[in-house]
Amino acid sequence: MNHENWNGFKRGVWQEEINVRDFIQCNYKAYEGDSDFLAGATDRTKELMKKLQLLFELERQYGGVLDVDTVTVSSLTSYSPGYLDKDKELIVGLQTNRPLKRGVNPFGGMRMVRQACKAYGYQLSEQIENEFRYRTTHNEGVFRVYTEEMRLARHCHVITGLPDAYGRGRIIGDYRRVALYGIDKLIEEKKRDEKALENENFDTEIIRLKEELYRQILFLGYMKEMAAMYGCDISMPAKNAHEAIQWTYFAYLAAIKEQNGAAMSLGRVSTFFDIYIERDIANGTLTEETAQELIDDFVMKLRMARHLRTPEYNELFGGDPMWITEAVGGMGEDGRTLVTKSSFRILNTLYTLGSSPEPNLTVLWSRDLPEGFKKYCAKVSVDTDSIQYENDDLMRPIYGDDYAIACCVSAMKVGKQMQFFGARANLAKLLLIAINGGYDTTSGVHIGPQMPVLSCDKLDYDEVMERLDIYMPWLCRLYVNTMNTIHYMHDKYAYEKSQMALHDTNVGRFMAFGVAGLSVVSDSLSAIKYASVKPLRDENGFIVDFETEGDFPKFGNDDDRVDLIAKDMTHKMITELRKTPAYRGAEHTLSVLTITSNVMYGKNTGATPDGRKSGEAFAPGANPMHNREENGALASLNSICKLSYDDCRDGISNTFSITPETLGRDEQERVDNLVTILDGYFKKMAHHINVNVLNRETLIKAYENPEAYPNLTIRVSGYAVNFHKLSKEQQKEVISRTFHEAM
Amino acid sequence: MKGFVNSIQSMGTLDGPGVRFVVFLQGCNLRCGCCHNPETWQMGIGDEYEAQEIAQKASRYTEYFGEVGGITVTGGEPLMQAKFVKEIFTLCHERGISTCLDTSGSILNSEIKALLEVTDHVLLDIKYTTDELYKKYVGCSLEKPMEFLKAVNEKGIHTVIRQVTVPTLNDTEQSILALKELIQDYECVEKIELLPFKKICAVKYEREGKDFAFKDIPTPTAEKMKELIALL
Repeated sequence: MNHENWNGFKRGVWQEEINVRDFIQCNYKAYEGDSDFLAGATDRTKELMKKLQLLFELERQYGGVLDVDTVTVSSLTSYSPGYLDKDKELIVGLQTNRPLKRGVNPFGGMRMVRQACKAYGYQLSEQIENEFRYRTTHNEGVFRVYTEEMRLARHCHVITGLPDAYGRGRIIGDYRRVALYGIDKLIEEKKRDEKALENENFDTEIIRLKEELYRQILFLGYMKEMAAMYGCDISMPAKNAHEAIQWTYFAYLAAIKEQNGAAMSLGRVSTFFDIYIERDIANGTLTEETAQELIDDFVMKLRMARHLRTPEYNELFGGDPMWITEAVGGMGEDGRTLVTKSSFRILNTLYTLGSSPEPNLTVLWSRDLPEGFKKYCAKVSVDTDSIQYENDDLMRPIYGDDYAIACCVSAMKVGKQMQFFGARANLAKLLLIAINGGYDTTSGVHIGPQMPVLSCDKLDYDEVMERLDIYMPWLCRLYVNTMNTIHYMHDKYAYEKSQMALHDTNVGRFMAFGVAGLSVVSDSLSAIKYASVKPLRDENGFIVDFETEGDFPKFGNDDDRVDLIAKDMTHKMITELRKTPAYRGAEHTLSVLTITSNVMYGKNTGATPDGRKSGEAFAPGANPMHNREENGALASLNSICKLSYDDCRDGISNTFSITPETLGRDEQERVDNLVTILDGYFKKMAHHINVNVLNRETLIKAYENPEAYPNLTIRVSGYAVNFHKLSKEQQKEVISRTFHEAM
Repeated sequence: MKGFVNSIQSMGTLDGPGVRFVVFLQGCNLRCGCCHNPETWQMGIGDEYEAQEIAQKASRYTEYFGEVGGITVTGGEPLMQAKFVKEIFTLCHERGISTCLDTSGSILNSEIKALLEVTDHVLLDIKYTTDELYKKYVGCSLEKPMEFLKAVNEKGIHTVIRQVTVPTLNDTEQSILALKELIQDYECVEKIELLPFKKICAVKYEREGKDFAFKDIPTPTAEKMKELIALL
């Protein structure tokens, strides 16, 4: 097939089938230079951004939520068109009819919507209450099936943060398809897939898929209607850069209108856009300034995306994040870099529009990236603390060269794979339940196999490990069964029509499990093995505290004695999880990632043998516990490098904070040193790093004086936040983290 | 052989070029008033390490060193354990790790000359430009570091001269110009670095029960530092 809007593009397989990767490979122009070509913000952009800044400030003054529409159920065409400034905007489309106004999305669960409205002084309308009286939500479905044990595990927080009351997210539609092919072609392809099913035996799988395809096609139609409300016809391929960006944004907008998943990631769009931008620049219809302006306007829209959340939700995922993760850079399978000028342009928005946590800009780092790009990324980190890095050399052999990142660290092939998000299990609590023979001292709940409390005066490593070998398999089976329940019900009652319409019909699935408290449990086991840990009991004989004497190796010091315990724990965990089949044949994966829930997990976990007090926060993700790193920054990185990506295919998150003075004497040195450190870290096959270059004092000032630091952005755990949007408790935890400093 | 180590930092960017693995040795022959590591003065204490162990540890970080980074040995005074340092540097060279010596250059003997054979970079403190100040606030003559500089120059080792700017002692234009003149004939010198005197080490003196000779001297202002650096 051919289309006049494709004139000037190199022909390829992409014209015969839905294949965005092939289009990119045939047409993109790698850029190996430096950042000198970049343009600044135009006056139009500055004026628009100023207006948006005022709204952000107003939102902050309103306690974090500017406005809520309590009478309309959020969907693709349920709101009239909204604008920030209709005359000035280049890219249009809002989630509701007003900027920063939040919609309600009850398909995941009513209770959460009601509570969220209430928390900000609103009440969900009678109309919606009535409509949903006759509908089953995802949340209701899940709780119809949850067993007593699943409820208990959830209640005592040994597995928690589960997506059973709102959208699961972590699914990335291939939003680029709408721009490249137009909606009509996508519908045509889906209809063909639907037709092909007619020859199959109609079993559960096929019937479900057939209905899903019906719904996908329906929503592709709604997407077209939604765009038409804004005066755009997206039935055909985009004819220039402006349309390509606008069409792609419409597809993303459809997803966030339909779904309120925790992480609603964008994918990998900048090099795709670059092909259109280069074509327009070549034919004289675009300049560097106007190209940057389009990217700026697009990013401004992404920064306005919002979902309505409850305070309890914010405790888990602090800072009102959307995880609009955009993967930038990386290398192609043929050895050419996928860096284009637009990879620079999207990072440049952190200067043209100021630093910001969203979109979640994620650089896919390879040792082979062009030097100019590496240096530019490092400079952006030093200046803005707004980007994260993930190892392309580690992921490319597994996912090819057109994968993206969902949420923080979850890799998947764009449009070909999706995942079932599964929060995390609390390993530190599991250890405590194991030594107490199936009793959680924090919640007072008996759970799991019931056995005697360990009776020794001094904890014995082998005996404790034997206990873990009983309780970990128990937990893993329960965890998989719980996840299966959740995702069955999500597919049934809150299926992602728009996003799945932008996937291949035969999609690969992951089931993403997670662990929290890895460094706590590793240090605890190390203490039991290398020091002397005396259990302290309450009046009923349960172990509630520990007296630890002597020194022991701690995770984060490049000491194999404890680092290998951490590695072994993740290996055991994924091995056990794999023993219970996952829903829809999904492949089990594991992450070491906490978002900001490390504070909440810590709060709900008793004292641990490593000396951590009851209620004290865990370290985030795979980080060593705060201030236990005694050998400096590289030793800490080396410890994390030892965790195996083969065991933790859903990602290993590390948040790294260093003071500017420690990184180098001046900006040039800081940039060069950061490039060298990142090169080294990823050569050692590490997976992920958040980089913050800042002083603790700045954070303390922002803690005391939030209004003076409205734009202070920091990386926390796989994402970035406006510091002022974190709860005071989360802020304190961030301040208490290790800042690598020169002596 | 074994040596005495005060501490090890897996990452330093301020002591030598690029990203470096930094070893602080224990023991110093001087008692400089501006010293910020009083815990490293005493000889014969600290952790005992084999040179082999240090080199092995450093080699765990080679991926991070890039083209210019490597190992830096500082102290204390590394020249007090020259044989030990020489063995570390030799082993590091075998592993392709660049070596850097951070010293006050107050001793010179055949062992130290042998150490310089395996040293790629030298950071040499020239604390003052008069013999009088040297004797009063360092504990040796100005001749000593100058002799050392001569030896370094003969070997053609990349050298950075460092001076801690201490108000009232060496923060004048005259002092800076004298420093420049002092080193002008040594081709090995690539750069002079002025480091502002800081007092965050006061707590260490307290902990050590030692008298911080410069506790009443103010720290130089940022403007003053800028002014002096402009003279270089």
